[in-house]
Amino acid sequence: MKDISQSINKVDNDEKISGKAKYVADIKMEGMLHALTLRATIAKGEIVEIIYPKLPEGYFVVDYKDIPGKNIVKVIFDDMPIFTTGKITYLHEPIALLIGPDKFLVNELLKQVKVTYKEEKPLFDWVDSVIHYEFKKGEGFKPKKGDIIIEKSYETSYQEQLYIETQGMIGYMEDNEKITLVGSIQCPYYVKNALVQALDVEDKLVRVIQATVGGAFGGKEEFPSLIACQLAVAVKKIKKPIRLIYEREEDILSTTKRHPSKTTLKALMRNDKIISLAVKVGLDGGANIGLSGVVLSRALIASSGAYTIDNLDVQGDVFRTNTVPNGAFRGFGAPQMMFAIEMFVDHVAKKIGKDPFKFRVEHLAKQGDYTSTMGLYRDPILLEDMINKAMEVSDYKTKRKLFDQKDSYKGIGMSIFFHGCGFTGSGEKNHIKAKVKLKKQGDSVEILIAAVDMGQGVKTSFRKLVAHILDIEIERVIFNNPDTDYVSDSGPTVASRTMMIVGGIVARCAKEMKERFSEENFIVEKVYEQPSYIEFDEATFTGDAYPAYSWGVNVVEVEVDPVTYQVKLHKTWSVYDVGKAIDERMVYGQADGGLAQGLAYGYLEVMNHKDGKIMQKNMTDYIIPTAMDMPPMETYLFDNPYAYGPYGAKGVGELSLVGGAPAVAKAIEQAIKRQVYKIPVTPEYIMELVNNGKD
Amino acid sequence: MAKINFKLNEEFVEIDTDLNRRLLDVLRDDFSLTGVKEGCGEGECGACAVLLDHRIINSCSTPLANVIGKEVMTIEGFSKTKRYETIKEAFAEAGGVQCGFCTPGMIIATESLLNKNPHPTDFEIKIGLSGNLCRCTGYNLIVEAVKEAIKRGEGLW
Repeated sequence: MKDISQSINKVDNDEKISGKAKYVADIKMEGMLHALTLRATIAKGEIVEIIYPKLPEGYFVVDYKDIPGKNIVKVIFDDMPIFTTGKITYLHEPIALLIGPDKFLVNELLKQVKVTYKEEKPLFDWVDSVIHYEFKKGEGFKPKKGDIIIEKSYETSYQEQLYIETQGMIGYMEDNEKITLVGSIQCPYYVKNALVQALDVEDKLVRVIQATVGGAFGGKEEFPSLIACQLAVAVKKIKKPIRLIYEREEDILSTTKRHPSKTTLKALMRNDKIISLAVKVGLDGGANIGLSGVVLSRALIASSGAYTIDNLDVQGDVFRTNTVPNGAFRGFGAPQMMFAIEMFVDHVAKKIGKDPFKFRVEHLAKQGDYTSTMGLYRDPILLEDMINKAMEVSDYKTKRKLFDQKDSYKGIGMSIFFHGCGFTGSGEKNHIKAKVKLKKQGDSVEILIAAVDMGQGVKTSFRKLVAHILDIEIERVIFNNPDTDYVSDSGPTVASRTMMIVGGIVARCAKEMKERFSEENFIVEKVYEQPSYIEFDEATFTGDAYPAYSWGVNVVEVEVDPVTYQVKLHKTWSVYDVGKAIDERMVYGQADGGLAQGLAYGYLEVMNHKDGKIMQKNMTDYIIPTAMDMPPMETYLFDNPYAYGPYGAKGVGELSLVGGAPAVAKAIEQAIKRQVYKIPVTPEYIMELVNNGKD
Repeated sequence: MAKINFKLNEEFVEIDTDLNRRLLDVLRDDFSLTGVKEGCGEGECGACAVLLDHRIINSCSTPLANVIGKEVMTIEGFSKTKRYETIKEAFAEAGGVQCGFCTPGMIIATESLLNKNPHPTDFEIKIGLSGNLCRCTGYNLIVEAVKEAIKRGEGLW
């Protein structure tokens, strides 16, 4: 039998390449109406009055008064209204839907709506802490008289997911009572559970189906639950199929983004080593808390990066501001933290006059070390070998020396990082409780899970996994887009959990099926079983925060234009330990795509707000890389099988993003001989550093 | 409103409509050619790319009036050609497809490039693809796919 990692062609290539794949906007239904969203034009205040134009027959307004159940979108922290009842907490907050058969007329009507507000002074400063977490490792941060303390602060700004397919959904009624939503979503059961609460109906009266998803990156994790609730309420009232597809500008201005962050790190030094680290992280949560607490947790747990530091004092806050709510984005708090800690270790080394590379290697985490939360790194950590490989293929040492020359304007940077696989803390065991079904019917086997293929290749990798275990042709394994009427709640498609956690359960089902394969028709059903040694106390942040860790090393070579300060990426070299690749080429695809997003987060993608208004409202203003911006990317994989992952697989999806920003920032540091404290490192920031910064 | 004729995917078509409408909407709504995608609506992302007289254009920023008497080819029409088969196999083999939303546009861009320049350098490939945004792949494997298509399609362009 072939090694599982050997690549196969993806099962959905043909339909996607030929344009036949049906994304939500491609679905037509008889008599379908169009919905557009009426949004607030102020950042904070109260609605005094709304005057709607006279609506022609067949046109409707749907607002909070139409909600049968709770006017709250069920997420992790339930504080986002489906429609405002009058209180405005951010610019573009949804007030109502306008719905009718002619989209252009709906748009005209929308422009004629007059809303008067009583404005209040909005809050943009990070002062209203709505979540505060803190924990200590060892003795925390306790300097003695005469100790050297080094303190630095780091900032990261917004990042927009910019999936090429905007948010969208279609809702309709079946049999005059059941409400069905078809959408571009990552988490069918998040949407379903939100609908049950909003409509206040029995479980069986709501159905959620995934359409082909045109990119998500976290942006379709919790946000679609909001538009699903709005649309479901509208369908319940109007009893006709309705589509709600965002245009790009609306999508950028009103949907969740990566949390801007400010991190202060303090190192307590003894004998040229970091003895203790004090960490203070602030995240801008925007107007609603939503997932922000979980994002903060992941950031805090990653606070010592790929290094072991015996004593930690870690604190973090989510601040509420009158800005668009922030939420899930690939990496989920880790990219912010990994940028800060990776820059900091170099800056500390420079401050004490040590070689940054040696200094980092001396602090590397090793098997048997305690994690930041006093869990244990149980599995082998291959970082030293991975670093050596990355240095060898990139010729790191020679280039590092060469580019150190004055006025080289070239730089090479290396980031070393990890990503915790699966939900943070006890999430898998206590909250998600994933269920999986595998069904044998005659000659074929169907995988019944809620995992969404949003481009990462779940449909292919899962069919391949099952076919491999059962030793049958992949054509005999069926995996349709999740439909909550048929599939089990295997949890959301997030947190680099799909192959390791859900794939692990699927593999157990397949093994049992194999033993009974002579039977004609049967179903094997299994639930997630947490390895018994994994315990995490969410209240105190103590224990194993993740069942396993994926590791990575990125090396990036850049050149900075001495006149314009434009950054040109020359090449990247990456080494990853994802346990075992279920399909090498798909892992390379994730590696390239994640790194591209991580690099661009570090030097290219500028997003900010002014008085609560996002200043980049389309693809002309918000620059993501084109083919011209991305350099050749080389990727190497190290096998390091994890006992509970299928064939040893760990998480892949997010890992490749988290190291990009620090790697490119370090390369730019070398090129301009200045220290970088914030991302993105734009030409404007480089100019500021060249004029006023220091090496 | 006006009645106009143009060639669409190798067939002569006639349509009576507002000539200010975007070609994108006409293709998707009136001809059900949904392989043509809307990503940005302002000519930045290339998801709506089609061939107009064998050259790539963004159908979202092309008013219908611009195609009178001309030849429009969408992914649906192009997918019936031998060149398409070659590009398709190359994209599959190289792993150039993830979410797929940019893919039809990328295929059109590849055809437009190779039609003009059958042996582009890596740099020319990147220029040729630079009007099409992809958020999934980082472009690396798409560039590989185009190189693979060039290798497999020797003589086709």
